Amino acid sequence: MSARHAATPDEPAAAPEPQGGSASPAKSGDVLLRVTDVVKHFPVRSSSLFRRAVGAVHAVDGVSLEVRSGETLGLVGETGCGKSTLARCITRLYDLTSGTVEFDGADVSKLSASKMRPFRRDMQMIFQDPYGSLNPRRRVGSIIGDPFAIHRIADGQERKRRVQEAMELVGLNPEHYNRFPAEFSGGQRQRIGIARALALRPKLVICDEPVSALDVSIQAQVINLLSDLQRELNLTYIFIAHDLSVVRHVSDRVAVMYLGKVAEIGTGEDIYETARHPYTNALLSAVPVPDPRQMAQRSRIVLAGDVPSPLNPPSGCRFHPRCPKARDLCVTDDPELVPRLGDTEVHSAACHFPVEVGEDISLSTPQISEAERVIEEGLIGNA
Amino acid sequence: MTIGNVGGAAELDLVSGLPPVEEAPEAAKVIQGRGPWRLAFERLRRDRASVISAVVILLIIICAAAAPVFATITGHGVNQQFRLIGEQSNGFPTGPFGKFPLGADDQGRDVLVRLAYGARVSLLVGVVTSALTVAIGAVMGLMAGYLGRTVDSIIGRIIDVTLSIPFLLFAVALASVEGGGSVTLVVIVLALFGWSSVARIVRGQVLSIKEREYIEAARSLGAGSWRIMFIDIFPNVIAQVIVYASLLIPLSIVSEATLSYLGVGVQPPTADWGAMISAAQQGGLYQVAWWYLVFPSLALLITTLAFNIFGDGVRDAFDPRADRLFV
Repeated sequence: MSARHAATPDEPAAAPEPQGGSASPAKSGDVLLRVTDVVKHFPVRSSSLFRRAVGAVHAVDGVSLEVRSGETLGLVGETGCGKSTLARCITRLYDLTSGTVEFDGADVSKLSASKMRPFRRDMQMIFQDPYGSLNPRRRVGSIIGDPFAIHRIADGQERKRRVQEAMELVGLNPEHYNRFPAEFSGGQRQRIGIARALALRPKLVICDEPVSALDVSIQAQVINLLSDLQRELNLTYIFIAHDLSVVRHVSDRVAVMYLGKVAEIGTGEDIYETARHPYTNALLSAVPVPDPRQMAQRSRIVLAGDVPSPLNPPSGCRFHPRCPKARDLCVTDDPELVPRLGDTEVHSAACHFPVEVGEDISLSTPQISEAERVIEEGLIGNA
Repeated sequence: MTIGNVGGAAELDLVSGLPPVEEAPEAAKVIQGRGPWRLAFERLRRDRASVISAVVILLIIICAAAAPVFATITGHGVNQQFRLIGEQSNGFPTGPFGKFPLGADDQGRDVLVRLAYGARVSLLVGVVTSALTVAIGAVMGLMAGYLGRTVDSIIGRIIDVTLSIPFLLFAVALASVEGGGSVTLVVIVLALFGWSSVARIVRGQVLSIKEREYIEAARSLGAGSWRIMFIDIFPNVIAQVIVYASLLIPLSIVSEATLSYLGVGVQPPTADWGAMISAAQQGGLYQVAWWYLVFPSLALLITTLAFNIFGDGVRDAFDPRADRLFV
């Protein structure tokens, strides 16, 4: 905590730095995954012959997280906030620009493809698109058999037996072993993807929006399947979604991302009942409530403008051009992700002026001095 | 997943509001699952033009295989010259429908027997060349498309160089340097000039396929580049490759005939359609012995036409909605 935090009026006496998080969420276990200051920039190259780098998309810009064995960490945020990029950095589908990823006690962030292979057994992904994530020209048995073939675990009849076992596990008919993906419905295809991911009994499963492409009724089935399997196989999930109610249902802890950074992280209750970050509040106020009267009474926080371009993210707090509570400090200083307003160590928010319980920020207006505002003019709609 | 923190489960209509309906049970097995190969084959079988051309191709193959039978029946060996009965009293070759079903050539050899033996060369060159061309092209295209970067640049430059060399000039030069004449040499020359267009087609396909989620899934499972290229990507481009190969066969047959016509392909006395057409034209022989020009040309025409129509059918069968490969 720097001196400038102490100077801000809203800031309480600085809470002691968390030391070895003892107040862990619902299930406590060892840290399975530790992500430290992960940065992923995608260079934007000019189209000329020599393809100079002319800029970079700051997809993930300094994210630190811990995931404990057996828990589910929900990852929410708008499209383009870096959720999926972070997932692909963790599974090393992308190389990191900087930062480290520790999995099961080993630093995997700089391993070569072949050194990474043994870790992939324990770290699997379930993809968003049940149509795009299965090879249309290969039979289901061969798709689910891939992990056994790649890691040279089982062959021939043994492989077939284990594939059919995996199909049964996710509620597919093992007799459909020889069918093509096109012969299945969306929900069944997602089950195929789950069977493939769980075939080797991994420790960590990253679910990248596993239900957002499915019908609502099928969503419930797939989510229930995932939670049953978690209990049965003692899995750890990172569950990426933009549907807040789905995330709340499945997650022990939730991290909210905005423009490549974590805005707020905490238990489900922390995030959904006492959100500190104005962005989290705005997101929550957009969740529909299945009761028209309640819906009418609720005040919605409408954010001004669009998400700024990740090519050139705003200075200071990335949310300040759209934040109703923005002050000068927000333009100049990037807030740290620490517990605010006397919260427990598990609940941190990256905000200089966190939201108090009961505060209605839809009534606030940003107060940025003329000198600072010049930079951001046009973005502040409700000034 | 623990459901411990769901205080307001009631608002989760998503989960609690709907009964856990299982996905529609499989309909009774009336609809039989058919793979893309099976579907393509059935579409091909329904296309009358393809079936007819396939029958024609089959007949040509039988003729080529049964060439010695023709020789036995007529009693005329492939390179046997019949000075007495093969030439008329004025010295011109004997006409057809007599002792020689399709007439004799300037050397007094049987045109029918030589056509049957020539079919062997044409078919061999056509099939082997197109297979070789497509194999080189597919591997190069897969590597250029999937590995990208340096590999892509290198293969791209090689393709540029290949395309900048005039085919006929090079073929004539190479054939004369090597002494020319062998079928193997013709095949190699044709394949070396043909693979670049296959590579380009495959590369383009791979570029779009490699961005698909199932490739990402394979990578996240730990699959290596070669496995991804040949097990995950190749099955998705093989249809295009087969279509191209089937259209390449007639092209290769014509190219081989062209080279033989120019005298740098298959050398005499081996029976070859291109060489026969060339010989018929020399000295205006065809003006008196029309059969010597017409029958080899007809054989070439029918063969290439059959392969072309069949290739078209194969393409339509694999992807009925695809744009035409060649305009």
